[in-house]
Amino acid sequence: MNKSAKWETIIGLEIHAQLLTKSKIFSGASTNFGAEPNTQACAIDLGLPGVLPVINEQAILMAIKFGLAINAEIPQKSVFARKNYFYPDLPKGYQISQFELPIVNSGCIEIKINDNENKIIRITRAHLEEDAGKSNHDEFKGKTGIDLNRAGNPLLEIVSEPDMNNAKEAISYLKKIHSLVRYLKICDGNMQEGSFRCDANISIKERNQKELGTRTEIKNLNSFKFIETAINYEVERQINLVESGELVIQETRLYDADKNETRSMRSKEEANDYRYFPDPDLLPILISNEIKTKVEESIPELPDAKRNRYQNELGLSEYDSNNLTTNPDIANYFEEMVRITGGDAKLCANWIMGDLSASLNKKNIGIKNSPVSAKMLGDMINLIKDKIISGKIAKIVFTAMWNGEGDAISIIKNKDLKQVTDSNEIEKLINDIISENVAQVEQYKNSSPEKKKKMISFFVGQIMKKSKGKANPKQVNELLEEKLED
Amino acid sequence: MYKSTLAELSVALESKKISSEELTQIYIERCKKYNDSLNCFITIIEEKALKKAKEADKKRASGTGGQFTGIPIAQKDIFCTDGIKTSCGSKMLDNFVAPYDATLVKRMNKAGFIMLGKTNMDEFAMGSSNETSFYGPVKNPWDTSRVPGGSSGGSASAVAARLCPAASGTDTGGSIRQPSSFCGITGLKPTYGRVSRYGMIAFASSLDQGGPMTQTAEDAALIMNVIAGFDHHDSTSAEEPIDDYTAKLNNSIKGLKIGLPKQYFDKNLDKNVAGLIEDGIKELEKLGAKCVDIELPHTELSIPAYYVVAPAECSSNLSRFDGVRFGHRCNEPENLSDLYCRSRQEGFGKEVKRRIMTGTYVLSAGYYDAYYLKAQKIRQIIRNDFQNAFKKVDIIAGPTTTGTAFKLNEKINDPVSMYLSDIYTVSANLAGLPAISIPSGFIEELPAGMQLIGNYFQESLLINVAHQFQKITDWHQKIPKSYE
Repeated sequence: MNKSAKWETIIGLEIHAQLLTKSKIFSGASTNFGAEPNTQACAIDLGLPGVLPVINEQAILMAIKFGLAINAEIPQKSVFARKNYFYPDLPKGYQISQFELPIVNSGCIEIKINDNENKIIRITRAHLEEDAGKSNHDEFKGKTGIDLNRAGNPLLEIVSEPDMNNAKEAISYLKKIHSLVRYLKICDGNMQEGSFRCDANISIKERNQKELGTRTEIKNLNSFKFIETAINYEVERQINLVESGELVIQETRLYDADKNETRSMRSKEEANDYRYFPDPDLLPILISNEIKTKVEESIPELPDAKRNRYQNELGLSEYDSNNLTTNPDIANYFEEMVRITGGDAKLCANWIMGDLSASLNKKNIGIKNSPVSAKMLGDMINLIKDKIISGKIAKIVFTAMWNGEGDAISIIKNKDLKQVTDSNEIEKLINDIISENVAQVEQYKNSSPEKKKKMISFFVGQIMKKSKGKANPKQVNELLEEKLED
Repeated sequence: MYKSTLAELSVALESKKISSEELTQIYIERCKKYNDSLNCFITIIEEKALKKAKEADKKRASGTGGQFTGIPIAQKDIFCTDGIKTSCGSKMLDNFVAPYDATLVKRMNKAGFIMLGKTNMDEFAMGSSNETSFYGPVKNPWDTSRVPGGSSGGSASAVAARLCPAASGTDTGGSIRQPSSFCGITGLKPTYGRVSRYGMIAFASSLDQGGPMTQTAEDAALIMNVIAGFDHHDSTSAEEPIDDYTAKLNNSIKGLKIGLPKQYFDKNLDKNVAGLIEDGIKELEKLGAKCVDIELPHTELSIPAYYVVAPAECSSNLSRFDGVRFGHRCNEPENLSDLYCRSRQEGFGKEVKRRIMTGTYVLSAGYYDAYYLKAQKIRQIIRNDFQNAFKKVDIIAGPTTTGTAFKLNEKINDPVSMYLSDIYTVSANLAGLPAISIPSGFIEELPAGMQLIGNYFQESLLINVAHQFQKITDWHQKIPKSYE
């Protein structure tokens, strides 16, 4: 019996999504990333004596939006609580969070676990809280620097039930949430900047065993790849421990991406008693049905619905639909192209997932910042459809557009790339090639039908080369066959 | 001039009987002269105050002054003041200068008041005698061997000795009313949320409330007109519209129903004080008020509930004093834990530490339900007691304190007896109700106050009753002899 057959893995995830508010959750300071240390921390973020928090209403609306999108319950009343612990980058000595009464309760989403199987992942809760600052242990010898720019940034902590059984499912769930929060425009999903982070709770148990095993919590997971490798590493570590007769200790472990390992950060005994209690500086949040209805109306078409529509109405494959809908920016780009091209969805999809994606990936930029806009690419596709250029020439045009040489029409004009469709001109090209390859023409005439087919492509190749790719391939094929059989 | 009330000073300045500069000079001289013996100021602001006084005189001369332009007052050192040290009576903040004004300070400055100084107080407002201050105890001007009460003892002592005509205070469990009673002045704790807490260094956030400490009820009304009202910086401040607190000063109180809670006239109450309060109530009856005996059956539970809720909140509120960003930091910390431990060990006094530890304990896993949650339930019961009472009566009257000012060092080493002396004041904080203490007579030359408690946002009514009382009594006009 192999390991994975004997052991079952149980995974629950806590996601911290930074909400896209302009100002912090309890102060008016900006949430922009990357400013000089401590230039975006006001008296409230610094926790100066006497200051008080005031809730940013946008954060509440965003949390409600998320809750409604996962079919969760939005209780009428939710309460902020203080989570008390000392840390230098936690200015007040407590974090304002939610404990007993979170803003979102019991929702769920569906993930795909293989070609024909979906799985429901339950979401226990999602609550609002403020982010802490950052400690810098490296830059100052023997000292620690504190940057409080991040302190007070609004976070939505999304806590799942332990419903995932392997790293793949965990990633699938994460990607789904990642996609959802960007669709809802409540989080930019930027993992490098830490706007979307994840902690994983992992345990193993023997199959058929009812009670869960002791879990460990892995922190510091900030890319899908790391999350996958960290989970796999941790599962293996736990199985090895148990199989060699040792016990898994309940603890928090830190993932080290450089060494691809997790290591102990603190054990349960060292864990803080956070002494949660309702924050007396903030009133309970009361949410009326009117607010809920209003927020509900602002929810755009979500990925699942979009994907179904792409398949059913635009006739795309499931694969294409998935690829185009995961990121709302890509979906928007695609939909604009479809509008411009009058509905040639498949061709649009191919260009986005082909040349455009390759170029974007190479430069590591998002589709929103693409030098080739949806309008430009759509216009180019119309030129293909109108037979002004061939698919092959289109690649040249695309590269030129990517390099900033203008739109498709002007590039075609400047580079003289217009497709040759004049049959006289094509005939002339064919005649030239035939007279230049007398021996091959003889050979063709004496060949079997199968061999002929192969040789045709040789002639087509020669003609296209001579026309610098501009000759209409379909016309070339037809005419060429006629000529050769003469 | 230094014996004048705010109302009188406003008239004197307006009629040019005196300039703000002269007036400010008089008070500064008095502050400097008497502060050595009374110790009621942590900071006296001489230069800046005089500069502001000159500006005030110019404003009045040009006709752009307001009712309060150029009147000197003092602020309790719990309120943050931009550019002027705010210590909160603690070594921890001995070096702390806030970069902003508390809302109360901002509003008073804007109204034209001139800040003479920052008054001494129990450390972080934790104390009932002003003996826990890092800057040493404040003395009671009626008898300097006695405490002025606390925690707003500096403000009470300064107003009583007429070192300033009025001052701000804060009241978490009686910290405005008890020192007002001990020093013979008028002190109003408004409804929770009526006055913004922004910039008021937090002790127990759900109980803290700032308010005026004055010679008269009329002056309390004048200050309330400036400081009361919603503040978008304080989510717990009330959006309820504010009154003109002077408008009803002269309303008749004929037919007013006054409730006398049986539990406030119990074995804890000094017999002589009981006599004074009864006399005071008779005065109110002369004015046409009707007295009714009422019950506040759970009064006894207020002290234990208070000493769970207040320390719990304080343990969390005071976590920010960690030696990292501001305040006291120990020398040469060995590591992070050492930095925290020694900075807090050295920066906080004994009473503050006692409350932090109590508060940390009652919030700990396994104890939260038994203490904090239970205390919150008691709080609701106490609120209900009052709401039942206010179905029958308009206001509640009784003593502010169990006795008159006690001796320095008498209770400082017996925290429980110190805590128990708050028995008549803490209920109003737990319920969030407004209450006022007004001078009601003397026992062996020591003043004692009568407390009036009103329903939510009934400050106007309390001030009205107090003003009517002060119209037929003169206890509030008495000044301790050595300061005449």
